[in-house]
Amino acid sequence: MKYAYYPGCSLERSSVAYDVSVREVADALGIELVEIDDWNCCGATEYFSQDELVACSVVARNLSLVDPELDQLIASCAACYLNLKKTDRLMVEHPDLNAKVNEALAAGGLSYPAGRVRVRHLLDVIHSDVGEAAIREKVLRPLTHLRVAPYYGCQVVRPFGDFDNPEYPMKLDELFGWLGADVVDYPAKTHCCSGHMTQISEVQAFELIRRLLQSAVDRRADMILCMCPMCQLNLDAYQRRVNGYFKTDFRMPIVFFTQVMGLGLGIAADRLGFGKEIVPAMPVLEDKLGPGALESVA
Amino acid sequence: MAEKVGVYVCHCGSNIAGTVDVEEVARWVGENVQDVAVSRDYKFMCSSLGQQMIEEDIRSQGLSRVVVAACSPSLHEKTFRQVCRKADLNPYLFQMANIREQVSWVCQDKAAATQKAKRLVAAAAERAKHHGPLEPMQVPVTPATLVVGGGIAGLQATLELADAGYPVYLVEREPSIGGHMAQFDKTFPTLDCSACILTPKMSEVGQHENVTLLAYSELEEVSGSVGNFKVKIRRKAGYVDRDKCTGCGICSEKCPKKVVDYAFEAGLGTRKAIYTPFPQAVPRVPVIDTDACIWFQRQKCRACEKLCPAEAIDFDQQEEVLELEVGNIILATGWKLFDCTRLPQYGYGRLPNVYTNMEFERMCNAAGPTGGKIVLRDGKTEPETVAIVHCAGSRDASLNTYCSNVCCMAALKFGHLVLEKTRAEVYSFYIDVRTSKKDYEEFYQRLLEEGMHFVRGKVAEVTEAGRAPFEEGKLIVQVEDTLLGRQRRVPVDLVVLMGAMEPQADAPEMARKCGISCGATGWLTERHPKLDPVATMTDGIFVCGACQGPKDIPASVAQGAAAAARVQGMIAKGTVTIEPITASADEERCSGCRMCISLCPYGAVEFDADKHVSRVNAALCKGCGTCVAACPSGAMSGAHFTDKQILAEIEGMLRGVAMPEDAAHEEPRRKTETVSA
Repeated sequence: MKYAYYPGCSLERSSVAYDVSVREVADALGIELVEIDDWNCCGATEYFSQDELVACSVVARNLSLVDPELDQLIASCAACYLNLKKTDRLMVEHPDLNAKVNEALAAGGLSYPAGRVRVRHLLDVIHSDVGEAAIREKVLRPLTHLRVAPYYGCQVVRPFGDFDNPEYPMKLDELFGWLGADVVDYPAKTHCCSGHMTQISEVQAFELIRRLLQSAVDRRADMILCMCPMCQLNLDAYQRRVNGYFKTDFRMPIVFFTQVMGLGLGIAADRLGFGKEIVPAMPVLEDKLGPGALESVA
Repeated sequence: MAEKVGVYVCHCGSNIAGTVDVEEVARWVGENVQDVAVSRDYKFMCSSLGQQMIEEDIRSQGLSRVVVAACSPSLHEKTFRQVCRKADLNPYLFQMANIREQVSWVCQDKAAATQKAKRLVAAAAERAKHHGPLEPMQVPVTPATLVVGGGIAGLQATLELADAGYPVYLVEREPSIGGHMAQFDKTFPTLDCSACILTPKMSEVGQHENVTLLAYSELEEVSGSVGNFKVKIRRKAGYVDRDKCTGCGICSEKCPKKVVDYAFEAGLGTRKAIYTPFPQAVPRVPVIDTDACIWFQRQKCRACEKLCPAEAIDFDQQEEVLELEVGNIILATGWKLFDCTRLPQYGYGRLPNVYTNMEFERMCNAAGPTGGKIVLRDGKTEPETVAIVHCAGSRDASLNTYCSNVCCMAALKFGHLVLEKTRAEVYSFYIDVRTSKKDYEEFYQRLLEEGMHFVRGKVAEVTEAGRAPFEEGKLIVQVEDTLLGRQRRVPVDLVVLMGAMEPQADAPEMARKCGISCGATGWLTERHPKLDPVATMTDGIFVCGACQGPKDIPASVAQGAAAAARVQGMIAKGTVTIEPITASADEERCSGCRMCISLCPYGAVEFDADKHVSRVNAALCKGCGTCVAACPSGAMSGAHFTDKQILAEIEGMLRGVAMPEDAAHEEPRRKTETVSA
């Protein structure tokens, strides 16, 4: 299984743990990731509201650079996934936009036929293309007794996501069921992490973050699994501030799903980026999964 | 001798004339198509003045063929054939070109639409020249009628016909007739007890001398045509001798195997492995559920057999197929409930105290699993607050676009029952409250006065994740109150989802069996949505009740009666006119290979062994043309669809190809907005 891969900027900086664990897990599952050569910014959340044409052109450059042999592109960051998918879709649906974007690409000697590349989220590929049987077979360290709260956030499932129910997604729940984890029914699974509200109105953001943490605590979750760098950052980095503001005592580890999945596949914790998170996850993992839980399973 | 063709192009007000230059079409056809003696356009060709004009032309000009370019032949072909007949011209010398549904309604560019209309009219005129006179046949109508489905619509149709003195076969898939109405507690807006008004009708059907009740049976196959259908009915094996059983109920009482009843009790209650769905079932003959029965599963038990005083249990019973002859068929196959797990954000199947409307009907019913007590899933706690969520699966572009029609009133009824039976507060979360029928709005006002709360907004989610101490242990309904213009969180104990009415899962199969169709939303299609709501495009097949679209009890009853009235009319007339559009075999050319016989889907071709040739039974032939296309020696021909006629039509159509204006009018294709799922 060979796919083009777009890591995005977060995975090079704040979410290195996501990047390394994605690569480890992909490797273990036999997914070959061909990183796009010289990829650039996806436009993040802001750029599309500034100038849609330029934003689409910036994103389309990445699509045009996908190896011509490949027609599927994996993104693991939620915002990158959304923007890549959105751009392709807008180009397919609006021939005039398509023409303008290609005109811009042509200035750099590039072109992108709308609809050529199918943009997919890593979770989709793991869940559908690798599939239950192959994953169950590769579990070397069942995640028994580890209570995980699967947190999807907004951008992966809405509005362009096409592989799971947008209102109450279940694919991450199912995946961790195959890995043997105790998956809690997390009713806040698609609720807002506050996005960039932390920069605009902290108090509003704190309340949104508190709800997510409280909901996980209420369900006695050991940790929250994320699939978006923004979600992970907000819940992890602001946890202490939330505690200070509400006089609460949350100590909820916030990790990327690929990190914990990697453990299930027998990969050692130090190769999965553990330790980068602010609320430490490793003590909880050792406690729940038993001694040696962080070592590699041969 | 050359034919004299009259061509009449209709404006249909602005329906056609708004997009097609009808004067130009009439002029062009008059000048360019050979043998056209008259070519006119007129505002409304179907009006009496339009009809008169054609009639006078036929007489005064001696027209031998008539072409009308207007709407679909399914709408007015009959009208214009009648005009021809009045003017002593054989009606089959008429041809219709559809320039409304196939041109003006689907085109935007006037020049291109006009070109297309010209071609269609030219094609029709060329074809008409090769038409020959045909005479329709009269065949007798079998007075017996088949009614499929024993819900309230089917029961009404059955009784109307039976009371009029005509024999009826009523086929019901379940072990008892009664349909969904038998499951309800009260009926809106009068609040009379559903069973009290339904069961008398059920027993009347069960005892009626003109009704043959075939419960636990399904329609297998339909052949023949209006007046003379042949149907096959599969009587499923219920393992109880229908003649011996007295309906005493000892078998069910003593049966040691209890299972959850997902059908009648909507999963809220249980039944035995040998059961009648409910005590007032008609017929009272129980059936054995082989998936549950200990004997069928483990070859042990047979308690029912030992205890049956009538010795009616028959473990060796086989299913049988009955063949019946009926003149007409009424489909009253009803609806099914939307699967509420398809709305995972509302938690049905995940959150125990979220119920469907059918579950709640059973809960409210005094004969139901809770004895009519409104309680939580634990079976004892009375709710303090109840939420009723409207439009679960209706009016939602990703699920069903349509309004299910009955749920607003059912929600009000539930509100009333909760207020009457408990001390709970009741919230209705609605998009719009639709109470447009007789006495419905008054019922809504009554609930407003009774203190039911109404929140206008589509519920975003139902969650057990509380944010504040008073939300703990509650289900929280998160909704944008669009009247207040703000988000609200309403903590409740019990949620009722008003699940949509959906077409039966096998509706497409039923439609196929009967030669009718399902619309875009899956309901069986009526002949005309306004003017012919119970007939279908296949003569002799009628639809009534919720199989045709979401409907409440009064509307279902009205349609059941309407369908029966249509059938009575057919029976009273005694004969039915059959279109003469049938195949016939040229005995000179027939080689006797019998390929036509093996291919004919209607069994209409017979073999004459003496002459060694095939012969078509015109009364059975539907004119599908399969044999005509297959016949290797060209002996078969289809009246009104001869090779000559079709080739002439194609020639007429293609004549326009060379027209120079065509290319000039081509426009770049419009950008279409598509929204993929």
